[in-house]
Amino acid sequence: MNAGIFEKHYDVIIIGGGATGAGTARDCAMRGLSTLVVERYDFTTGATGRNHGLLHSGARYAVTDQESATECIDENMILRYIAKPYVEEHDGLFITLPEDDLAYQEKFVESCWKAGINAKVIDPKEAIQMEPSVNPTLIGAVQVPDGSIDPFRLTMANVLDAQLHGAQILTYHEVTGFIIENGRMLGVHLRDNITGAKREVRAEITINAAGIWGTLVAQMAGVNVSMFPAKGSLLIFGHRVNNMVINRCRKPANADILVPGDAITVIGTTSDRVPIESVDDMHVTPEEVEVLLSEGAKLAPALATTRILRAYAGVRPLVASDNDPSGRSISRGIVCLDHETRDGLAGFITITGGKLMTYRMMAEVATDMACLKLGVQQKCQTATTPLPGSDKSTVEEPENHLYAFNARVGRHGTLAPSIAAMDDYQNSLVCECEEVSVGEVAHAIENMHVRTLTQLRRRVRLGMGTCQGELCALRAAGILCASCKKSIEEEKADLAEFLNERWKGMYPVGWGPTLSEAQLTSVIYQDLCGITSPSMKDRRQEP
Amino acid sequence: MATDLQLTSISEKDLEQCLKCSICTVYCPVSSVTTLYPGPKHAGPDGERYRMKDRRFFDEDALKMCLNCKRCEVACPHGVQIGDIIMSARMKYSRHSAGLRDFMLANTDLMGTVATKVAPIANYMTKAAPVKSILHNVMGIEKNRTFPDYARQTFESWYRKEAAESQDKFEKQVSYFHGCYVNYNFPQLGKDLVKVMNAIGYGVKLLEKERCCGIALITNNMPSQAMRQGKTNLKSMQLSVEQGRPVISTSSTCTFTMRSEYEHILHLDNEVAKNNLSLATRFIYRLIEEGNVRLAFQKDFHMKVAYHTPCHMERMGWAVYSTNLIKMIPGVDFIMLDSQCCGIGGTYGFKKENYSISQKIGEKLFHQIQESQVDCVATDCETCKWQIEMSVSTPVMNPISILAQALDVEETRRLNKKPDKQD
Repeated sequence: MNAGIFEKHYDVIIIGGGATGAGTARDCAMRGLSTLVVERYDFTTGATGRNHGLLHSGARYAVTDQESATECIDENMILRYIAKPYVEEHDGLFITLPEDDLAYQEKFVESCWKAGINAKVIDPKEAIQMEPSVNPTLIGAVQVPDGSIDPFRLTMANVLDAQLHGAQILTYHEVTGFIIENGRMLGVHLRDNITGAKREVRAEITINAAGIWGTLVAQMAGVNVSMFPAKGSLLIFGHRVNNMVINRCRKPANADILVPGDAITVIGTTSDRVPIESVDDMHVTPEEVEVLLSEGAKLAPALATTRILRAYAGVRPLVASDNDPSGRSISRGIVCLDHETRDGLAGFITITGGKLMTYRMMAEVATDMACLKLGVQQKCQTATTPLPGSDKSTVEEPENHLYAFNARVGRHGTLAPSIAAMDDYQNSLVCECEEVSVGEVAHAIENMHVRTLTQLRRRVRLGMGTCQGELCALRAAGILCASCKKSIEEEKADLAEFLNERWKGMYPVGWGPTLSEAQLTSVIYQDLCGITSPSMKDRRQEP
Repeated sequence: MATDLQLTSISEKDLEQCLKCSICTVYCPVSSVTTLYPGPKHAGPDGERYRMKDRRFFDEDALKMCLNCKRCEVACPHGVQIGDIIMSARMKYSRHSAGLRDFMLANTDLMGTVATKVAPIANYMTKAAPVKSILHNVMGIEKNRTFPDYARQTFESWYRKEAAESQDKFEKQVSYFHGCYVNYNFPQLGKDLVKVMNAIGYGVKLLEKERCCGIALITNNMPSQAMRQGKTNLKSMQLSVEQGRPVISTSSTCTFTMRSEYEHILHLDNEVAKNNLSLATRFIYRLIEEGNVRLAFQKDFHMKVAYHTPCHMERMGWAVYSTNLIKMIPGVDFIMLDSQCCGIGGTYGFKKENYSISQKIGEKLFHQIQESQVDCVATDCETCKWQIEMSVSTPVMNPISILAQALDVEETRRLNKKPDKQD
């Protein structure tokens, strides 16, 4: 698969396999640039895979950050079109509770309108009817065009489209240094994180889209991009508590967004500055869980008694500005740095700041800059060209086994029919919580850079449901072992790795049914199958 | 942790208590014979999570394959109301109103009222090949299925003519919820019950107003009618209890429906049923156990009996009352069959799309019955009776009828007679 990659001289190398990197790859490839993406681990391992999955209307930033708000609503409308199957258009509420200042609502609505966000004040009683889970003591409600978006599917759709336009992808390849001659960046030194092999690849332009790790990447090139790593923790509830996003109508604070996505609900976030050295190993603390729960229960009281599946944390790639201990007041605006004019290093661009919502715009800005330098005239088409799976064609319902069909279409849009679903075996479910069939697993292995259970989870939600891998891990391991021609020992290590990663998220909320679930899982895998924890030396340093 | 947070985990029908252990699917009779049904775990708690997201995920064809046996709920170690989740989803999300066939199958009351008036013709018709062929091809009622005969006289009219008057002389009274089957198809069971209850010193009254319990309406998606009938029954039960008469029934399914489905599926307040409605065998057994009633049996009664546990009996955990009662009969040679579904599932097995599944489910049970070479199978459910009698040649009797046959009525009456006040 990687044949010829290292001999080629690219127009652009993009560092980072998150939404921004994938989006930039798509944009560059669509404009005819020869493009290579290098990602040190798997796609979506950074902040892309560790956020709310909120399709912001921008209302959250309307009062404090008009620029971000405008960007959000613009991109919100674009994503509804280009990423239709990966978006849920359920709208959101901004509620005012008795302890909040109702006067803020007026300012909020006014700011929303100024940013072009259709914010509508509604009667609290109507709000309860629209969203029965909402705190019934609310004294004010505003309806906004929030929604939710699946960042995993969104990123993969960008990757697939980039590949369709000729881009090449190297996952598990970490940038260890740069080839710099006479003030010009000529390429990157790479280490294959699986085999340890060292390589180099050359390109006219290198784009740093490594999120919070971008500060470390820039450091390797000898330039300073001062970042503000702001950790945000979130909790996943076992089922949908709400069907509309619920926000607090006040200045952004902790745990004031409750987002329904797929079959779950997510509360978040906290915001705390963390040392850059710690960003590879984030843990959710008991204090954060407490804040998320007590604040979350104010949005929807049912959270106090709803099963929590897991906790997770990501790090926002905020660009440091003033002295702000939480990072709440730093702009979520896009920062695109031309290191040629800024630092005298030609051929190097950093695209950072922003947010998942504005990944496409970030990609456009970065690609515009690259095109300008390369003398390419092509205009950006990513806002008007639907992503793979989002085209207008209709997907016909199968006669039988409808039960995995909707989940398939939900994850792959109009690409769903390319998933094998001919016989009982292909239709049988590997992951029952998330309805992932044998056919879908095979499809992911074949088309989506999958070799491990964790990669499979990111592609098709395998193991993300109620049982957190208890039932499906073993089945999927069997398929991976056979399809990827892995040794049994290798797959057993993969299994242990996967289950440990699941446990990491369950541990901070390890009580009630979730604890029972973890115990059942450990009985099955540890006691029954004899799978043990991988020793530290075998453990891959993947987040 | 703040004191009031996350101390309990509450979810609709305890769906979040599901640990995905899948033991329910192991015990599911449908899953054991077809891959088309995703199994109770997936159709229930798994599917419900997605149905909460979007009703598009309601897979009616799959969920209709559930025969509502509730064996999944018996199997579940965490008390998840799996069968209820599935049944409630069918009610909540189905956009199909019941067709003519389902309407006819579900309205046992209406069909019974009409058919008993013309019983000989109705019985002839339901056996006639051309009629069965029409039912099969036009309406989707399986042609190989044997229909229960309709009686010429309903139980209620027999009761009013022959029994009502004599019941008042008993000091203790019960109300009898006879159900559609006893009333329209098999009044003999009702007569047997009156005989047994009278022998142990209880008068039997009817409820002021009895409607079909509604189980077939529930499974055929006619919730509003089921609710109306349920309310009528509960009101009548309330009245009966206020007048000092607890309620008994000879049908495990009617009993289960009113004690459990009314609350879990129809959301009716059925406290009166939960506290005062019992199965006749349980009622009698408890009286014996408490030392309040004694039975005497005919010396020459002999019967080899195998007991089949109906699914809803299993769900209530009451099979022990019926079997212990049967085992009290000295002349009974008793065999306990493995507790497994017979496959009929009420009206389920009458539908042509379910017939082969229904028969496949019952195979193991049929085989065990044949092997056992018993004189009769005892069971507390009328639809199990139809299924077994149709599939195996062995006759099937309700435990109350066996008791009525074996009982030495005179001696029993004497044993349970209250000493005269003068003594």
